[in-house]
Amino acid sequence: MTLDLHAGESHHNPATGGSPAEEFPYWRGLEELSGTPEFIDSLRREFPRQASELKDPESRRTFLKLMASSIGLAGIGLSGCMRQPDEQIVPNVRQPADRVPGKAQFYATCSTLGGYARGILVESHEGRPTKIEGNPEHPASMGATDIFGQASILGMYDPDRSQDVRKAGLISTWGEFSKALTAQLAKLRGKKGEGLAILTETVTSPTLATQLRELLRELPSARWFQYEPAGRDNVRAGAKLAFGEYVETVYHFGQATIVLSLDAEFLTGMPGSLRYAREFTDRRRFVAQPKHFDSGEVSIDGSHEFHPPMNRLYAAESTPGLVGATADHRLRMKAADVEGLARAVAAELGIKVAENATTPGSVPADWLAAVVEDLKSHPGQSLVIAGEGQPAVVHALVHAINQKLENVGKTVEYTAPVEAEPVDQLASLTELVELMRGDKVQALILLGGNPLYSAPAGLEFAKAFDRVSFRAHLAQDYNETSFAAHWHLPEAHELECWGDARAFDGTASIQQPLIAPLYSGRSPVDLLAMLRGHPEWSTYELVQRTWKQALGEEGFEAKWRRAVHDGVIAGTKAEAKTPALKFVDADRTPASRSGLELTFGPDPTVGDGRFANSGWLQELPKPLTKLTWDNALLISPTTAKRLNFVNEDLVELVLGGKSLRAAVWILPGQPDDSVSLAWGYGRTHSGRIGTGPGVNAYQLRPSHQAWFSDGLELRATGTKHPLAVTQTHHSMEGRDLIHKMTLKQATEGSHPPSHVRQHPEHEPTLYHLEDPSAAAWGMVIDQTTCIGCNACVIACQSENNIPIVGKEQVRIGREMHWLRIDRYYRGPIESPETNFQPVMCVHCENAPCELVCPVAATLHSHEGLNQMVYNRCVGTRYCSNNCPYKVRRFNFLDYSGELGLSAVQAPSLSLMHNPDVTVRSRGVMEKCTYCVQRIQEKKIDAQIQNRDVRDGEIQTACQQACPASAILFGNIRDKNSQVAQLRQSPLNYSLLGELNTLPRTTHLSRVQNPHPDLPMPAKNDTLPLNPTLLDEIGHESEGQKPAAHAPAGH
Amino acid sequence: MSKKKSRRSHGSDHSGPEDHAQKGPQHPGDAGHAEHTFGSVTDKISSIVLTRKTSRGWLGGLLFSCMLLMVLMYASAYLLARGIGIWGTTVPVGWAFPIINFVWWIGIGHAGTLISAVLLLLHQDWRTSINRFAEAMTLFAVCCAGIYPLLHLGRPWVFHWLMPYPNTMGLWPNFRSPLVWDVFAVSTYFTCSALFWYMGLIPDLASLRDRATGRAQRVIYGMMAMGWRGSAKHWQRYEIAYLLMAGLCTPLVVSVHSIVGLDFAASIVPGWHTTIAPPYFVVGAILSGFAMVMTLMIPLRAVYRLEDFVTNKHLDNMAKVILATSMMMAYGYLCEVFYAYYSGNEYERYVTLNRALGPYAWSYWALLASNIVCPQIFWFNWARSSVPVLFFVSLAVNLGMWLERFVIVVISLHRDYLPSSWRMYYPTVWDFAHFLGSIGLFFTLMFLFLRLLPMISIFELRELVHEAEGEA
Repeated sequence: MTLDLHAGESHHNPATGGSPAEEFPYWRGLEELSGTPEFIDSLRREFPRQASELKDPESRRTFLKLMASSIGLAGIGLSGCMRQPDEQIVPNVRQPADRVPGKAQFYATCSTLGGYARGILVESHEGRPTKIEGNPEHPASMGATDIFGQASILGMYDPDRSQDVRKAGLISTWGEFSKALTAQLAKLRGKKGEGLAILTETVTSPTLATQLRELLRELPSARWFQYEPAGRDNVRAGAKLAFGEYVETVYHFGQATIVLSLDAEFLTGMPGSLRYAREFTDRRRFVAQPKHFDSGEVSIDGSHEFHPPMNRLYAAESTPGLVGATADHRLRMKAADVEGLARAVAAELGIKVAENATTPGSVPADWLAAVVEDLKSHPGQSLVIAGEGQPAVVHALVHAINQKLENVGKTVEYTAPVEAEPVDQLASLTELVELMRGDKVQALILLGGNPLYSAPAGLEFAKAFDRVSFRAHLAQDYNETSFAAHWHLPEAHELECWGDARAFDGTASIQQPLIAPLYSGRSPVDLLAMLRGHPEWSTYELVQRTWKQALGEEGFEAKWRRAVHDGVIAGTKAEAKTPALKFVDADRTPASRSGLELTFGPDPTVGDGRFANSGWLQELPKPLTKLTWDNALLISPTTAKRLNFVNEDLVELVLGGKSLRAAVWILPGQPDDSVSLAWGYGRTHSGRIGTGPGVNAYQLRPSHQAWFSDGLELRATGTKHPLAVTQTHHSMEGRDLIHKMTLKQATEGSHPPSHVRQHPEHEPTLYHLEDPSAAAWGMVIDQTTCIGCNACVIACQSENNIPIVGKEQVRIGREMHWLRIDRYYRGPIESPETNFQPVMCVHCENAPCELVCPVAATLHSHEGLNQMVYNRCVGTRYCSNNCPYKVRRFNFLDYSGELGLSAVQAPSLSLMHNPDVTVRSRGVMEKCTYCVQRIQEKKIDAQIQNRDVRDGEIQTACQQACPASAILFGNIRDKNSQVAQLRQSPLNYSLLGELNTLPRTTHLSRVQNPHPDLPMPAKNDTLPLNPTLLDEIGHESEGQKPAAHAPAGH
Repeated sequence: MSKKKSRRSHGSDHSGPEDHAQKGPQHPGDAGHAEHTFGSVTDKISSIVLTRKTSRGWLGGLLFSCMLLMVLMYASAYLLARGIGIWGTTVPVGWAFPIINFVWWIGIGHAGTLISAVLLLLHQDWRTSINRFAEAMTLFAVCCAGIYPLLHLGRPWVFHWLMPYPNTMGLWPNFRSPLVWDVFAVSTYFTCSALFWYMGLIPDLASLRDRATGRAQRVIYGMMAMGWRGSAKHWQRYEIAYLLMAGLCTPLVVSVHSIVGLDFAASIVPGWHTTIAPPYFVVGAILSGFAMVMTLMIPLRAVYRLEDFVTNKHLDNMAKVILATSMMMAYGYLCEVFYAYYSGNEYERYVTLNRALGPYAWSYWALLASNIVCPQIFWFNWARSSVPVLFFVSLAVNLGMWLERFVIVVISLHRDYLPSSWRMYYPTVWDFAHFLGSIGLFFTLMFLFLRLLPMISIFELRELVHEAEGEA
């Protein structure tokens, strides 16, 4: 059932909380008679028609049961009379102007990550949201999205989402819960709410915050706690240490020429990352300087520059991440050593630091000198940033450094906190646990979150949780905490309900629903209204009420419409402020170090665990390790050798009396004696995807120190755990695949790509060459700005209905991603330079695949697209063999069916598919199409308006998602198009151009801006043959054998 | 055969088959032994089909082959139900066992036509004893080969799209694709081989009809003999037709495997993209074909006591062919290495090094050992006359030729241009099931052939007897 979401402002009115049973008095007897929970449930369901289709996984069986009981008990005459919701089917007398069947509509809303909003535009086909795009008007998105934003559409259609209220695991109703809650509240209200505790995640939503505050006002003794497992406690504590108050730090990478990152994952892991990535890469972007001749012809001569001057990034990093890979100079160091580096930099800049501070041995003197020199020479244009995993003192030191470098107000801006109620969340959770342990909590309401899974093991949350007599948990999936709670309440997805949230800079957005809740989910605001005894208040009204207050009654309707339409509420950006620095570095008590260091962090693809049931994110290769479906203990080659571990060895980690078994993965660039294990895996109560893979690193997380700890012991177990990686070879074998130059070489033009790759030409051929058409589609991928974040991969997967294949299939190389990001190392294996290369079908003009297909299932369009005709494909796979780029993917099996996600087994997923893209069958080859459906759509638009397609009008899915704008698409025959101009750039080259494939997708050489005094890593990627050291250690030779015991598929 | 020139001069001084082992080298044409008359030749060969009791050994063999055939059936049913993902085939190794097996079987199928047609035209009369059998082997091997290109398709049920036929879609296959050439080459080869084989059978079928004891035999063989009466006119036309057919089949010996070679050579995969591929594949096919004939002939002639007809001289000749083709293969391997070096192409060089030193190096060295080193023993007379040595070497070559296809197909594919997509290939149990199953199919057909049709050409042997007598 679709909703009228006309002009992005209409809404649905969710049921208002009364017992649904009351709506069906006539049938009460029948319910009692038939008695099956499914039957009762189906009667009570708000939207039975769609919902019963989605009743997963046994929709057919349920249906039959339902029919049987209906017919058997009520007689045939009555069986068809189950009450349907009132629904009037009336044709549009006047068709709404923007409603054309088959044409997608876009609605602005926001999606949150860690509580912070990122603006999105949601593509909707006849009431079905199908794709997430960034909202160009939103400051935290600028049109880009990250993997989590892209995957949130799958989160909504997730067939394993919680669909029912459950009481002690048994299906119940909101009405029943309401009764129980009312009874509970009646007891608590007398004591002014004493004993009532509410646990939320980070809250930036003004409406939710208002509701919480109001509730606390009404019940002053109730308590509100917050906990986010991968939260920003260190950032908050650092601000408090530096300024004596909580402040939000906003960075302006666009102004920064020198950036020093202290273990900060600012390109992906922070609330403002999408914007930071754009601003940062804008300073590394090669801008062609076209020369306009009188004839209107454009050409680019040898001179070319980066405008404004290219920035330089120094990164100190523990676990290799995207920032280190992008950096001009990466320094690997233990997480605990970063503090010493921060002090050393501060001291060099003349900031008074603890007297007993020593520079860690892992910091080379010339490196430090270069950093300091650069920072000093760029006052107001430099930026030092500390990672969320670094302790508060590092953040405070960084605040002091930025102050000293006059960066405040230029590259760094402070604002009031965006969070509604900033607290030290670990302390907050600890306090809650203590209260629970002391039996001071009688009722605990959890709004989201999954603390039973994600609380540090040291807290023993589960034990304390059991002592609470009334535990209700609102969550989107029936997870570990739901399992232990008395009441589980299904939460509506962000795309299903109203709401609001703030972005990293304070900008607020209205979150509008795209579809009625698929199941019986409700929003947190709904639940709070229930708590306040006003179940009749709808979230919609409450959100409006919040903003009526903020924006004023006058002209509210227009402002509201504007805000909902734009996805941004104008003028809500937080004011900049300049808090006084109060930080004085105290004497440092040198920590006694023992054993190995263990670092944690949210997993690069499944985050803190909330995305564990997302097949897209599980199967997304992690940027550095290329690992899928698992987390692994990342360990440096030297340490692995010392401890005699090879890849896939299962080892036992012992830390603080707790132990855990994880598989080893050797990662070049990992600091020695420091190992890393990501959070987010080892879920025990998730869906069919999320339950199982990996190990739960939270179980080792000590309660005192959040992100890293020393004293780890590793013990061999003698067993193996198979891991699935998508890339098993890591050296370029001396092939100049990612051409690299320094900024100096680039400006001088002294180190160009090989001539044949730079200027590929049509070689003589016997075959007829097509006459040039008006449009010749082409793409340019900028390897300087590509940060390897994978957003394009998920965007492509979402746009093109690409299936997931499961761990065992990935293990034997059958992942289906049309777009992959190759990661190559160059230099010494201990601390190599990391290079990313996005590779998808390059649409060769001389395509080797087309020649060899016996049934002509892959052909060339007159506009240069290498097209794949799925219906014609018989599946010889010769095209894939003959593709030098190996970008063709084959449906070896019926993957959706193999994983239990077929249209029958998971009907909700069919609704998610992009209707403009064919869903491929088993036995068919597929590959990147340049998003041909998007090209066609814009061409039709242009034709209707009797004009040419404008440059930049067509955006491929990958291009649109890219936070770094590293992908550009357009008509290369139009000499004024950006693509055509970039293709003439001296950085431009055709990958494997010497094969005379004449690729339409070309790559721009990677340009780095190293400090002239610092040595670049030795170029030793010319190991002639295997084994590279990695192979020797076991990457390939043993790494990828299919596990004998495990069945293919799930 | 009017044009046949007899080069048999001393056939008559040979004694019975039991002496052959001690006699050492013998001359071609020994099969038409003077002690055999028209009648004895016919009796001996047709008795296997008509009068001899069905032996337990035969039954057991057929049963075992059928079991293997069932493996093929089961594996294929599972394959069709679930998809080719049950194999280890993946990206980048998009072709693996099925294509290896296809090429291997096609190669084996080469000997038949070569022996029947080419040797006929070259007047190598010694072929007579083995040509029928070799042709049957060819046919069955092509049957085995033929199932792979079908099954290995992602959607086998639309295999007919590879063939040019008028259709409502107005679509033709892509004639630039070597796979389409392959369809023509293999189907032509199969058709011609089958016709040639059947034509050769007609006079013998008539003999069987005439000697048949039961009515059913008489009817069936009678229908298959297509009214052959053995009149002079029949013989005259028959001989001309048979010669023409041989002439028609001769180019196929070259074309089939050249085109299979082109399947690889026309691609741009380093390790495949070589101009030497077509001749190299043909030579390899002859090598493997002869090896397979030998592997099968040695036990057969022992079981059915056919040493009179398939003499050690035949084996000796085949050993010489094996030695010669093995040397040609060695030249091919050398050429590949030289090309890689001389071309200066980094990808070619890498593939060559990877073959010799990469993770699958064992297969490369095993292939050299079995294809090149083992046959060198045939330089020695004693080796060519020692049945165990012959048998062992023929087995080694069979294995070696399979490995050769493994080296070409898998090693070239598993590491090509972009190291990011390099990946190891591991076969699954289903890969082996299909391979073993096809061997089952082959032997099932073979056993049925042995029991139901004369495995040695009766009339041609009678001619030899006649000619030998004439000379004597």
